[in-house]
This record gives sequence, C-alpha cells and structure tokens, in this order.
Amino acid sequence: MENLEFRFTAHPARPAAGAALCGVVGSGNMEILIRPGDEADACTVSIKTSARGFGKIWEAVIADFASRHPVGGTRIAINDMGATPAVVTLRLAQALGDYTGGAQ
Amino acid sequence: MNAPVHTQLALRHSYFEASARSRVAQLLDAGSFREFLPPEVSQPSPHLAVLGIPGAFDDGVIVGSGQLGGKPVLLIAQEGQFMGGAVGEIHGAKIVGLLRRAIVERPAAVVFMVDSGGVRLHEANAGLIAISEIMRAVLDTRAAGVPVIALVGGSCGAFGGMGIVSRLCSAIVMSEEGRLALSGPEVIETVAGVEEFDSKDRALVWRVTGGKHRYLTGDCAELVEDDAASFRQSTIDLLAGLTEPAPGSSALRTEQKRLTQRRERFAGMRDGLEVWAAMGMARPAEVSLMDRDSLVAAKKGLPA
Repeated sequence: MENLEFRFTAHPARPAAGAALCGVVGSGNMEILIRPGDEADACTVSIKTSARGFGKIWEAVIADFASRHPVGGTRIAINDMGATPAVVTLRLAQALGDYTGGAQ
Repeated sequence: MNAPVHTQLALRHSYFEASARSRVAQLLDAGSFREFLPPEVSQPSPHLAVLGIPGAFDDGVIVGSGQLGGKPVLLIAQEGQFMGGAVGEIHGAKIVGLLRRAIVERPAAVVFMVDSGGVRLHEANAGLIAISEIMRAVLDTRAAGVPVIALVGGSCGAFGGMGIVSRLCSAIVMSEEGRLALSGPEVIETVAGVEEFDSKDRALVWRVTGGKHRYLTGDCAELVEDDAASFRQSTIDLLAGLTEPAPGSSALRTEQKRLTQRRERFAGMRDGLEVWAAMGMARPAEVSLMDRDSLVAAKKGLPA
C-alpha cells in the first residue's frame, strides 16, 4: 500500500452536505470521502492505494480536476483498489456533485 | 398499454449488481434511512492497514435505522464488493452493536442484507470471534421477540459463518442469483478435489447453493426476482405475518428431527437435479430455466 498526500489551490466549493461518500473499495474501483477542510481556497487530498508507484499520475489527475472544478475548502480522502485515471476522475466528479448538491 | 421498452428497462434495479448503499436506499421507505457510524466518523480496519491493504471507511458494512412499509426497522447491509463482504473486527462490532440496540429499541424487525463469504481471514481470530458474536446476537435479538430477516441476493451470497448466521435468522428472502451454503465451492474443491465438487461448473454451483434450490428445499422462506423492489415488497409482506415464538427446546427438537430425516432422504445425492426429482418435480431439468412465478407455482404442486 502507498500513502500519498497532496494539496492544491482551487476556487471554494459551496457545500450542500456535511460530507459525501462515493464508490466502493472493490477491484478496479475506489471510494472517496469529501469533508470540509481548513483553508477556503485549498483542497487537501490523502490517498491510500493498493497500487504502488503511481504517485505522479495521481498528482496529475487530481491537479487537472482541481483546476477545472471548485474544490477549495475541502478535505478529500481516497481508499483505492486499482482504479484507472478515468474512474478516479468520474468518482471525484460524483462525490463533488453530492457534496455540493449537484451545483458545480 | 405497455410502457415503452426503455422505460421498462429503467424500472428494474438489479439487487445483485447494486452496491450496499444503493440497496439500502431502494429497500427502505424513501428518505427514511439514518446511518449509525457513517463513513466520516467510522474508521477503516487497523488489521488491514498493518497488512498494507487499503480499508474502507465503513469497514464494508452499513448499519442504521429507517422505515419499511411505515414500520420502524433497524438495518444491516454488507458490501460484497469490499473484500467479498468478509467479516472483520470493526465490521462485526457494528453488526453486533446494531443487534443489541434492537433488543433495547424493539423495532418491528432487523433487516440483515447479507452479502459475504464469511470471516475475513486477514483478521484471523478477531474475525472468527466477530462471527460467533454475531450468531449469539442474532439469537438474543430473536429471543427478545424481535424478528431478524436475512436478504440474500448479492454477488458473494452467504457463505461460511455468514451462511450459518443467515440460517439463524427468523426467515430468509432470496433471489435466484443468491447463494447460501457453508463451505464455498472453491473451498470444497480445494479441500476434497475437483471430483467431489467442480467450482468452475457455475450451473452446478447454482443447482446446489442457489436461490431456487434453497426455495424448493425450504431453506429460504421466499423467492423473489433479482430486483430491489421485489426484495422490498417481499420483506414488507413477511413483516406483516411474522412473530417470534418464545424460544424453547421442543421446537428445536422438531426442527432437528426434520433436518435429520431430510438428510437421510437425500443421502448420497450430488446434484440439485437428483434432489428435485426425489421431491417429486416432474421435469427437474427444467427448473433452472423456470421464471420465479412458475417455480413458486411448481413448489405448491409438490407432494408434501
């Protein structure tokens, strides 16, 4: 297992729920939990993944997402069981959608 | 007039394919679910972390309260996609805590959505103890007069310790896709050889452990379509007529006698086909292709 920690600056999110969970820790899948963070214009991400050595790809995928969506003021935790970058982006969008009540 | 095909397809939500969270949402009265220990306050398994395996925030099981057909229920839902729904220490503790709460709160029933291969071997003794605590808690809950209804229709079925737990419940609702047994097919093949049981023969696996077989032999109370709405309606119907009898040894002796006679009657049989023929099914080979309603009707026509 590999633990990864990232921080990205982003426009603030407007939460509609206290927390949002999306996905399942199953083969090729992952779960993501979004909660309120400490800084309004930053998003912290902590990842536990079963696939080692993909830190650069995680960073690129989430940086891309953070540059295109308002995820500031959130703390994102991910438990991963080998999700592909496409699945990661999909789950991020789903979880953010639930967290902000569909308004992105 | 029939609805257009695309609408018909959209109306059916496979229980087998769904995640535990979507099963919960589809089973209970809309918006009534309240989760105890939700993911943001629960914690992943420390045993898996030590082994370098990512855990799940809810440790693969959801517990909470809600309404079912207007009646208050407590609910447990195992997530089969996470480690095969296997029972670890936290997972087990959440289930046991929920069952003990039922003894205090006295809901109309506890609904137990089982989807599990049994004990989580990574957690060794902690998992085994958790399973035995769940067994005790199910019996205590029933002894307190609160029925426990098991729903079996997930991809992992109900195997190992969770097979036993399911049969300890007041009643089981199953779909054809569900499976219920003690040792799983791969376990039997590994221990006793492929001549004893070919776990790759999926049709055989279902003829021996699947919902239709369990319904014909009376191991499950109800057989339903693989559809969340069918599980919901069947559970509501069961709740209407279900009372928990006072625990006593005479009922246990009667049940033991029935099971002993059943074992003798079907001794030496190696396939559901043989069992169904012995029960009086005219064309046992057709059972696997029957739809749910035809099978329920066929069972009614069997000799007692």
